[in-house]
Amino acid sequence: MSDVANTLPLLRAVGVTKTFPGTVALDQVDFTLQAGEVHALLGENGAGKSTLIKCLTGAYRRDGGEILMEDRPIDPRGTLDAQIHGIGTVYQEVNLLPNLSVAENLFLGHQPTRFGMISGREMNRQARETLSQYGLNIDVSRSLADYSVAVQQVIAIARAVNLSGKVLILDEPTASLDSGEVKMLFDIIRSLKDRGIGIIFISHFLDQVFEISDRITVLRNGRLIGTETAASLDRVQLVNMMLGRELEHETRETGKTDLAPGDPWLEFDDFGKKGRIAPFDLKIRRGEVVGMAGLLGSGRTETAETLFGAVAHDSGKARKLGEAIQLRSPRDAVAAGFGFCPEDRKIDGVIADLSVRENIILALQARIGWARPVPRKKQAEMAEDFIRRLDIRTSDAEKPVGLLSGGNQQKVLLARWLATNPKFLILDEPTRGIDVGAHAEIIRLIEDLCEEGMSLLVISSELDELVAYSHRVIVVRDRHHVAELVGAEITTDNMVEAIATSHNGSAA
Amino acid sequence: MNSRFLPLAATVAIFILAYAVCYAQFPAMLSTRVIGNLFTDNAFLGIIAVGMTFVIISGGIDLSVGSVIAFSGVFISVVLRDTGLHPIPVFAMLLLITTLFGAAMGATIHFLEMPAFIVTLAGMFLARGMAYVLSIDSVPINHEFYSSIQSFYWLMPGKGRLTFIGGLMLVVFVAGMLVAHRTRFGTNVYALGGGTHTAQLMGVPVARTTIAIYALSGFLAGLSGIVFSIYTSAGYSLATVGVELDAIAAVVIGGTLLTGGSGFIAGTLIGVLIMGLIQTYIIFDGTLSSWWTKIVVGMLLFAFIVLQKGLVWFTGRNRTSAEAAR
Repeated sequence: MSDVANTLPLLRAVGVTKTFPGTVALDQVDFTLQAGEVHALLGENGAGKSTLIKCLTGAYRRDGGEILMEDRPIDPRGTLDAQIHGIGTVYQEVNLLPNLSVAENLFLGHQPTRFGMISGREMNRQARETLSQYGLNIDVSRSLADYSVAVQQVIAIARAVNLSGKVLILDEPTASLDSGEVKMLFDIIRSLKDRGIGIIFISHFLDQVFEISDRITVLRNGRLIGTETAASLDRVQLVNMMLGRELEHETRETGKTDLAPGDPWLEFDDFGKKGRIAPFDLKIRRGEVVGMAGLLGSGRTETAETLFGAVAHDSGKARKLGEAIQLRSPRDAVAAGFGFCPEDRKIDGVIADLSVRENIILALQARIGWARPVPRKKQAEMAEDFIRRLDIRTSDAEKPVGLLSGGNQQKVLLARWLATNPKFLILDEPTRGIDVGAHAEIIRLIEDLCEEGMSLLVISSELDELVAYSHRVIVVRDRHHVAELVGAEITTDNMVEAIATSHNGSAA
Repeated sequence: MNSRFLPLAATVAIFILAYAVCYAQFPAMLSTRVIGNLFTDNAFLGIIAVGMTFVIISGGIDLSVGSVIAFSGVFISVVLRDTGLHPIPVFAMLLLITTLFGAAMGATIHFLEMPAFIVTLAGMFLARGMAYVLSIDSVPINHEFYSSIQSFYWLMPGKGRLTFIGGLMLVVFVAGMLVAHRTRFGTNVYALGGGTHTAQLMGVPVARTTIAIYALSGFLAGLSGIVFSIYTSAGYSLATVGVELDAIAAVVIGGTLLTGGSGFIAGTLIGVLIMGLIQTYIIFDGTLSSWWTKIVVGMLLFAFIVLQKGLVWFTGRNRTSAEAAR
């Protein structure tokens, strides 16, 4: 790697800062990309990866800092402008036009012309020539839609390299590819690297990151945690950098051990959904908090969605107090006394234009049926009650939820499910994107709820948090439940180790 | 075979089949006279259908073209009646007006992010209203230039007459095919139909292309208005009501996807000819009500929508099985 480090940097970001109302998405981040290097950019959701990419490609205007291309400051104003400066991007969901031919997609806007008319034959010839460099010999006159996602991805890369040719940003390119396709993609990445192109590689598959990358930069909560050569890092160090330790004080070193033994209240045997989460066994006792740890995309959310019936399971069965229950849809789950606060509250959770009261009442009303409306007076009472109990900061119950802060929106969502009086509540990243104060309140609330006898499954990337409230922690990796830690075994170190262990069983 | 060509192939097959049925019953229908009349009688429809094909491929719709034809006829006849101008400068003026009218609709659609359906619906009422303002009555055109154009034709082998307006329609179709398949503008039109957002990310000038598409449709509607005035020797504000729907039907029967992104100008020509053929058959038969045209067109439209849906489903399944096999 030393030969890379000695040359002039190709692309450099110095002290790039970007703020959104209420949050600092990027805080003085430095980033350097050498020519002929594959540089992985890692971090959990909300770490600032995509914000940094969007600043580099001009999709966002940065608030501070400089971007230098070959030591000249540049200020890309949009994707096209970034392309002119030499920065091309390929996204996970391929941004090409499925109805145009492969050749048209490659050359759209730059078609070879003769006497003002597009020369289809010349265009197809050049397209074949370009793609053969990528080991692709396909009929370029066919529609793009006729080819697999992997081929489309290669075509997108070919277009980006053709048009920009210095820096290639690959945003989760392997997420929807199988292992053979990933290998083909990596061969292409290596050959581009040999041509001196600088590649920024974003992925949450650690095996792939170690396989392809020369250097690794980790971001967390909008800050640069560090840039290291891949050879000098092991998986445990990397996971530690990504997940970090935010709540250093006041938290226990190990999980709770005080749970009274008892018969499981809920049992899932061999429960799973092909392609989303491998079959797993899970037992949950009354009043128990089960934590779930794992990296982004490891199968945490998929487990929750399968349990709640949002994605119907295709193997195994569920039992409540020993009796088999149906869990084919969220309706079944709600009927069985389940509640689910999803990860992205903006997309799956609160309805921003409805008031606090309407949001709280939504799930309860859905459960008792729309034919029997909850009386307005009762609604107001319940809303007031939850606003007080959960300490939701709002001027009144009629305020649209969209105007509340993130932490308070989260509490409204929680209140919605508490109003249905669930016996089993699934919380997916309940503390994401909320400030430290609200954070502590949510944790306190989780503890209160479990003391009241409610069972909880809490998914979180913040390991210290899991240590603080879990009786048991399930670790997921690559869509499998790989470890279960109980009581004194629950430490951040144990979790990091379980997460970092690779396929072949070694932690390095 | 590339699945893109399947709807076009279906259209051609239907046309050949329909012509064969007609020929079996009335052998006289297979003559250049009938074909010549087919071109002449459907010239105005064919010309707007070319514009409509571009609009629909881009994922839009233009409901104003029928009213623009009526406006054009009234405009020409009133100006010719009230001034001593030669028809050619009047044509130029008219084409400028209808092109700007289309461009204005395109700009509204793009910049105000309004659905094309609503904007061109407003355009439809506006153009029809302007025609009424100019004249409520049918205004005849008696200019020697008109008579000389009307009497001009090229005698095809078999005594069929290819008239000026029939020929003009064919020229418009050829020009349309060149623009659609051999220019960057044409590719951009397909790109918009594939997805505006993606097209924008890939560098397609979305604003310019959208405006140009509706301007082209407006220009062709004006040209169609000129052709219609030559065809009828008059301008009448109540003429060509609902012709925009005939044009949309011809485009869809011609194999263009109503959802945009796929289609051929050549297919539209066949679509227009199929509709004309049904009409001709009814005339030959002599006992059928002309409303049968509408019924058959309705059934064909329905069949094509089902075909397109089936095709989308089939290609999707085909790809999954190909991926599974790999």
